[in-house]
Amino acid sequence: MLSDILRWGGKRPDPSANADEAAPRGEEPLVPSKALPKFLSALSNQDSPVLMDFGPVIGANVAFFGERLGCKLFIEDLFADYERHARAGTRANLPALLETRFRHADASVDGILCWDFFDFLDKPGAQTLAKQVARMLKPGGAVMGFFCTASSERAQFTKYEVVDETALRHRHHQGLGGAKQVLLNRDIIKMFDGLIVSDSFLLKSSTREILLRKKG
Amino acid sequence: MNIGKSVVIKGELNGSEDLTIEGQVEGKIELRQNVLTIGANGRIKAQVFAKSVVVLGEVTGNVTATEKVDIRDNGSVDGDIAAPRVAIAEGAHFRGSIDMQRAGGKPGESKPESKPVGTPATGQQPGAPATASR
Repeated sequence: MLSDILRWGGKRPDPSANADEAAPRGEEPLVPSKALPKFLSALSNQDSPVLMDFGPVIGANVAFFGERLGCKLFIEDLFADYERHARAGTRANLPALLETRFRHADASVDGILCWDFFDFLDKPGAQTLAKQVARMLKPGGAVMGFFCTASSERAQFTKYEVVDETALRHRHHQGLGGAKQVLLNRDIIKMFDGLIVSDSFLLKSSTREILLRKKG
Repeated sequence: MNIGKSVVIKGELNGSEDLTIEGQVEGKIELRQNVLTIGANGRIKAQVFAKSVVVLGEVTGNVTATEKVDIRDNGSVDGDIAAPRVAIAEGAHFRGSIDMQRAGGKPGESKPESKPVGTPATGQQPGAPATASR
């Protein structure tokens, strides 16, 4: 109330001043997703699918996928690993970690949510992770990833909160973030050996949403 | 029933009434028909089986509930969870897997009290399957 009154007599706020600040909780932008419904559709025929999430644990996502798919969800927060290595100055060790990190058996996972984690990896790291993804995925399984179209020296991580089957809320992530690198379509096709790109959408935000499937 | 801050139990804990633990327990906890609350001071290193589990303190070990696991703000679970409903609050810590697989019942068949998906995760609402996020 008081702030409203003071604002009447004060200067207009500069909209650019807060551009880098996180929006208040629950007011972050909603971004439509074209790949998410396809991902869900790919898994909806599976009985009790096994899902892997490379992002941080988000209660709303746990509820959404649990309710929707009745799944078993493995939270593998790779952003936290990245962060830990970045802080320790051991980013170069990340590919080696990704090689041994996953204890899941071959062809044991029905769906993998990569979000935009591949953007933060260099090529060797991306190739290592893609190999692990292809290894763990069951035949018929699906992978959803977001890929940028412009590189960036420093970008914030994003928490992707599922709002419904066609929309995500892009939430502020408190992590350091890192450099984003562009993976060309042909690089993506090549590194996910054994998977096929079943759907690819270029959003207005210039993000590519890509759904990959393993041949059944 | 309340287990106080200064109490340390090593071994197996069974019961048939709701229990709140503020102390330390190492081993196994079984309250299959009741609600187990790990208080803010509670430190558990155990396999946990209960009807519902509410975590405000720290749990290291697998947690199985026949109804719901609720990790509240500042609560922490390092282990695998198996329950039909799981709520993880903003500020909670969780590391492991979450098994919400339903025996029988097709995916998408919600329990009557379940809220429709897509509920904004800004605050806990009665009956919501999970509330906020980290």
